[in-house]
Order: sequence, then C-alpha cells, then structure tokens
Amino acid sequence: MATIQQQQQRRDRIRLALLLTPGLLWLLLFFALPLVIIFVYSFMTNDALGRVVYEPTLNNYITIFTQSLYVNAYWRSIWTSVLTTVICLLIGYPLAVFIARSPQQWRMPLLMLILIPFWTNFLVRIYAWQIILANNGIINGFLEMIGVGRLTLLNTEGATLVGLIYGELPFMVLPLYAAIDRFDFTLMEAAADLGANKVQAFLRIMLPMTMPGIVAGSVLVFIPTLGQFVVSELLGGAKVDYLGNLIQRLFLRANPINWPLGSAMAVLMMLVLLVLIMMYFRVTSEEER
Amino acid sequence: MIKTAPATTASARIRGAFSEGRLTWSGLALTGFSILVYLFLYAPIVILVLFSFTRDEFGVRWTGFTFDWYIRLFNNPRMMGAAWNTLVVATVSTIVSTIIGTLLAMAMERYRFRGRNAMEGLIYLPIVVPEIVMAVALLAFSAIVFDVIKMVTGETLRRNLTTVTIGHIAFSISFVVVVVRTSLKNFDRRLEEAAADLGADSWQTFWRITFPLILPGIIGGALLAFTLSLDDFIISLFLSGPGTSLLPVEVYNRVRRAVTPEINAISTLMLILSMALVALSQLLQRRR
Repeated sequence: MATIQQQQQRRDRIRLALLLTPGLLWLLLFFALPLVIIFVYSFMTNDALGRVVYEPTLNNYITIFTQSLYVNAYWRSIWTSVLTTVICLLIGYPLAVFIARSPQQWRMPLLMLILIPFWTNFLVRIYAWQIILANNGIINGFLEMIGVGRLTLLNTEGATLVGLIYGELPFMVLPLYAAIDRFDFTLMEAAADLGANKVQAFLRIMLPMTMPGIVAGSVLVFIPTLGQFVVSELLGGAKVDYLGNLIQRLFLRANPINWPLGSAMAVLMMLVLLVLIMMYFRVTSEEER
Repeated sequence: MIKTAPATTASARIRGAFSEGRLTWSGLALTGFSILVYLFLYAPIVILVLFSFTRDEFGVRWTGFTFDWYIRLFNNPRMMGAAWNTLVVATVSTIVSTIIGTLLAMAMERYRFRGRNAMEGLIYLPIVVPEIVMAVALLAFSAIVFDVIKMVTGETLRRNLTTVTIGHIAFSISFVVVVVRTSLKNFDRRLEEAAADLGADSWQTFWRITFPLILPGIIGGALLAFTLSLDDFIISLFLSGPGTSLLPVEVYNRVRRAVTPEINAISTLMLILSMALVALSQLLQRRR
C-alpha cells in the first residue's frame, strides 16, 4: 500500500517540478540575476571608455550623496511623485465614489471609460499633451482668442505634473473603486444618527474602511512616477533632471557612459521606494486602527 | 465609544450626499466634477485622432482635412519596420509568457511545497520593481552575456529583437500568473475528481476538463501580455539595438525632435489596435 502512495508522491513531485522549472529559471535568470548584477556594479567603477572596472569602491554612493545634481534629482523625483499621488487621490476618490454610487447598470460602463485610456500606449497619451500644450496649440489658440495672449505651457514643470497625473490616474481609480464599492453606505447614515456630521462620518468611518484601496492606489501611482523619465522629457522639456533622466543618461547617452554610477542610483531608488512604502503602510495602518 | 444603533432616523443631509439617484447640491457637484474628469481623460485622445487628419504641418491646429499623413506613414519603411518588429516581439512574448505563466499559476494554486513563499515573492516582485530598474539590470546582464559569448566564440553580438523579447517575457509572466490564478481559484475541483472517478487519467482530465474551464483566464492573461508588450516603452528602449527598434521607441525618437502629424497618425492606429484588443477581451469575458 505504501508503495502506491510513494509512487503517487513521486509523480506529484515530478509534475510540480515540470510546472515550476520554466518560470523559476526565467525569473531567476532574467529578473533576479540582473538585479544582483546592478547591485554588484553599484560598488564598481568605470574607465574613460565607459567600461566597467572591477575594483570595489563606495565612490558611486558618495558621489550621489554629496553632489547636488544627484541629491536634487532624488528630492525632485520624490516630491513630484508624492504630489502626483496626492492629486491623483484627490481627483480619484470623488470619482470612485461617483461611480460606486451610480445606478447599478451604469457602474461597469463608467469604469470601462476610465480603463480605455489606460489601455492605450503611455507614450502616445503623453505625446497627445504636447499637441494640446504646444505654443501654437489649442489652449494657446483659445487664450489668444479671448485676449489673454499666449502662455508658455509646454516644457514646464507644471506640464510634467499634468502629464504624470493624466498617465497615472486610472491606477488610482481602480483600487479605490474596488474598496468604495464594498463600502456599506448605510454606515454613514448610522453615524449621522449617532450625531456625527458629514466630515466626522467621512473621517471616522468611510476613510478608514476604504484605506486598503487608498494604499493600493497610492503605491501603484507612486512606483512608476518615481522612475519616470519620458514625461519630464516630452512635456517638461528635459530642463531639470529627475531620477529616471539621470539613470537613462548614465546608461545610454552619457559620454562616457557610467553604468556603475547608474546602477548605484537605481539601487538607491529601490531603497527609497522600500523605505517610503513601509513608512506609508505604517502610517495608514495606524489610521485604520 | 460608538455603539451600533438601528438606522431608523437617518440624517437626510448625509443620505442626500451619498445615496443613489437623488438630486442634491453635493450630488450635482460630484456629477459635474466627474464629467470634468472624464473630459480630462478623453480630450487628449480625441484631439490626437482629430489632428491626424489636419493639413497643418505641425499637427497642432485644424487647417482642413487630409489623409496624407497616413499615406506618408505607410510609405515610411522605418515606421513600418518598427511596427512589424513590435508585432513579432509581442506575439512571441505573449506565447512564451502565457505558457510559462499558466504552468506557474497551476503550481502555485495546486501544490504546497517548500519555498512556496519565496516563489510567491519572486513572481510578484517584477510588478512592483520600477520598470527602469528592470531595464538597466537587463541591459547590464545582456552586456555581460555578450562579453562571455565573445570570449568563448569570438562572435560579437549586439542587442536585437531577442533581447527585447526576453525582457518583455520577464515582466509579462507575473501578470499572466495573476490572471490565470484567479480563474483557477474559482474552479470547482470536484469536476476533476469526477473525471478521475470515471476513469480519465490525469492527462485526459487536464485537457478535457481543467484546460477548457480555465481557458478564458488563459486568454485573458495572453491578451494582457500582448497589450503590455505592445505598450512597453522603457524596456524596449534599453534592450533594442540599432536598427531593430520597436514602434514606441521609434515614436519617442521622432517626438523628441519634432512634432509631425505622421506621429498623430501612427498614434491613432496604435490606439485603435489597443481598443480592439480591449473590446475582444471584454467579448470573451462576456461569453464566459
């Protein structure tokens, strides 16, 4: 009897191995190992031709922490990402409430309408704003018509922010909608019966109960924003450097290219992300309590 | 301390703001705000499509209707080549990542094993790691592999469509796993037991029972992988070599120099393709 069981177990193990191996190998080889490589690179140095020289050093990290070019890029990226996340939340929350409170048969179409722009190419969506904000574009045409005159809209940090919000908003709305749709709005009535005003009811009941959606949406918006470089290049005119711009330049276009320094920047960016997300989780879970 | 009380005398003020289908000032404000947000979401897309037909050489003003930019686009070998590359990469990436992802989803949903939590982490990490980090890591990795190949065989390799495809598969797998796992979770396992009771071996059970039932999930995952690959820009930029660029990279290179309505035209076509894919996936889901 035991042998049949053993046979069965062995067959199960072989089957599991067959299911796991391709994915495990692919992810180890083409995801985990490359990350290890840039981690190692971040402690190396480069020569005048941009080749990596295998001499352990902490210089890359020292450079990042001491030169204002790099320090500023980190602050600028973090600040812009926080701002983008907060504005997306402020726009996304009422919108998600609106969808969740719409008549049942309207909810899915309304949600799909949010999704459709998200399914179109990010680059294309950002490019569309170039057309709108251009010096001889639609908005300026309108401003001229009403007598305000042309304004410089494109190639400003404001344009970068608009592009980022536009690009990331759907990521915020979807998890928010999922959380708000589950929320039982009769709880708000109960709170009112117990003497809470609208603001109190919102802060004490609805906000904590929809916190998982807020957290998920914020993380989904924050991560890609921190590493972006396309939006600041196409809409911001590459006037100021964000993290992504510097990393891209160090890896592809600098003369000479400097992969070790770029790697150190990427590693530090992951670290910043980890710390900020952990802090965020801590704050929001206290809120929930 | 808040005690639960029956909501008999609900305050009309609050109910007004949140309840369905009643006209209140706050309800109107919310509706108005939401309409503005929808306009914000759609205005750029509508303008982009509209201005792919303008005669204006900068493509930012309406100066009359023309099809010229589409004709020029179809006669532009670089753009057409990049479009073809994009489709090839997306197709291969979708096939490979769907197979690998489905197998992984089966393993994660059906088996308990040592290191399962670590595997879980490895699968979900690519979703949360910023794409630019993944891109530079793969770039560094490919450079090392090329160096080794050069040392061993003396052959000089450059980044090409294969390197891009490998990168696309690496980030698509995780998304396929997420989608397929959902359909495996909703799966009634008694159907498989019934098949086994009726004498089907595990191979037959899989192909006759399990596979058809999770097929919508697999197709959903494949469509997601296809769209992700079509839309990807960052990894494509870092991993494609000279002369093998993909459409988003080609668009990026052109846009950085100057805005032309040709870009509006190719963007419109990409938009239509994405929307067709979404419509297709919706249709498939409805049939389920």
